[in-house]
Amino acid sequence: MKQFLYFGAFALWIVMIAATPLLADNYTIRVAISIAMFSAMAVSWNFIGGFTGYPSFSTAAFFGLGCYAGALAQRNGVPLVLAWVFATLFVAVFAAMLGAIILRLKGHYFAIGSIAIVDLTRLITSSWGSLTGGGDGLNVPLLQGNPQEVSALVLYVMLTILIIAFLTSIYVDRSRLGFGLKCISQNEDAADMVGVNTTSFKIVAYTLSAVFCGAIGAVYASWVGYIDPTDSFSILLTLKVPVMVLLGGAGTLLGPVLGAGVFVLLEEVFWANFLEWNRAILGGIIVFLIFFLPNGLLKIQYRDLFKKLMDKIGDAPKQVEKSS
Amino acid sequence: MTEILRLENVSKSFGGNLAVNDVSFSLEEGEIIGLIGPNGAGKTTLVNLITGVHPLTSGKVIFAGEDVSNQQAYQAARRGLARTFQIVQPFPNMTVLENVAAGALFGGGTGSVQEAMALAHDELKFVGLAAVADTPASSLALPNRKRLELAKSLAMRPKFLLLDEVNAGLNASEIDGALELIRKIAARGVTILIIEHLMKVVLSISQRILVLHHGELIAQGDPRTVIEDPQVVEAYLGSKFAARVKAESHHV
Repeated sequence: MKQFLYFGAFALWIVMIAATPLLADNYTIRVAISIAMFSAMAVSWNFIGGFTGYPSFSTAAFFGLGCYAGALAQRNGVPLVLAWVFATLFVAVFAAMLGAIILRLKGHYFAIGSIAIVDLTRLITSSWGSLTGGGDGLNVPLLQGNPQEVSALVLYVMLTILIIAFLTSIYVDRSRLGFGLKCISQNEDAADMVGVNTTSFKIVAYTLSAVFCGAIGAVYASWVGYIDPTDSFSILLTLKVPVMVLLGGAGTLLGPVLGAGVFVLLEEVFWANFLEWNRAILGGIIVFLIFFLPNGLLKIQYRDLFKKLMDKIGDAPKQVEKSS
Repeated sequence: MTEILRLENVSKSFGGNLAVNDVSFSLEEGEIIGLIGPNGAGKTTLVNLITGVHPLTSGKVIFAGEDVSNQQAYQAARRGLARTFQIVQPFPNMTVLENVAAGALFGGGTGSVQEAMALAHDELKFVGLAAVADTPASSLALPNRKRLELAKSLAMRPKFLLLDEVNAGLNASEIDGALELIRKIAARGVTILIIEHLMKVVLSISQRILVLHHGELIAQGDPRTVIEDPQVVEAYLGSKFAARVKAESHHV
């Protein structure tokens, strides 16, 4: 029953986002695209960071490679949709091969290693000028149609990727794979001992965490029409996505979607109202999360919270009586 | 009786430290074997070598006729070589049932999660933990955690079970319960190798004893012969203790 309610809420949320091109102005559609895009990446990250418990910071590497693979494919005459598919597959293969190496690291070492991947891919991209245009960036063939149609198209493609990612996470959560990943996150040695092939399970999780980011990157590149290394391989992006998942609830199905939605909306408010301070506020949110919401918004016992609050309110008058 | 496990000249060194030195022995299917030796003798290392946790430096491990010297830990589990840890290793935030189901699903090769849950339920009944099936593993006290380890290993449908100090930290009545359980497991046809410090326990349960000292196998044979072996007395038991154990073991 509770699950039914949750998934109903998810469906409603998707419908609301999907309805923006029909009802709202361009700014709102942009925010909706942002939400769909970050939600898909957050759901992706959840495979490795949530289910498996490996704090990966390579999201921006996958996103950036997706941008460049898609853009380069298109510039070499590959049709739009095929270029997106190519970028997705390219990133998946890259992640699988990289995972076989980097997943030997654990804990903090893995986190540092994975963040180094972002800088490494950025440096390679900006140095390999003959292929990628280096620091000058790349122009990507523009999508056909008027701005309204283009943003609607981008939104629906991003939403489709989000839905596929979400369905995949439901499937993984209920399957043998998900069970094994949870075992790994709780106690990797014990998982090995009960017969979980930890290496290949981790590689699958890492690849799943990459593949949707690659797809999102390719679509993003087509949407904005111009990419450069600093924008595509942004350290801020690589931090934001895990923060969103932690905000919502790592390892849960809806947590990443909730977290991404809340985060993007908050960010819009802060950008609009505190232009100078928004980065500091992002830092503040991270600190708040670590101290007060280590399990995310979804794991708060709202009923207990409500009860405590009611008790406090109920107690207050009595104390006044005593003291008088 | 058929042979289930054979070690041929197995050695393991960590850097310059030879932890297990040229150990060879052969175990029959259905036996309960005690493995004893002083602290640091290499008992746990030997278990780690048999279950693929550490690679061998030299030698061979043959399990059920197959050379498994180069296996990974998860492959050992799937072959039917299960173990428990000296320090229990549960999945703390999963329920007791899910812990055991993990064993069934991966080590036991059960087809689906549901099937694994059903099998796990049976094993929990077998070890007497059915009542706490839905509580998180981290909430169990030590004796029950040890039982959980056993249930988890049993769900893997092992042919061979290595028990690394399952009785450490238990009181006398808890040990009696654990021993009864080990006998019940043996009755299912599982070969058991048990590492144990309590001589009374080893003597009462083992059909054969292996003694490790400084990484070398210094004695093996039936319990009574082994405790009289002068080398074993000197290395491990001490002469006074040996005499006492001998006297006690006549009453057992």
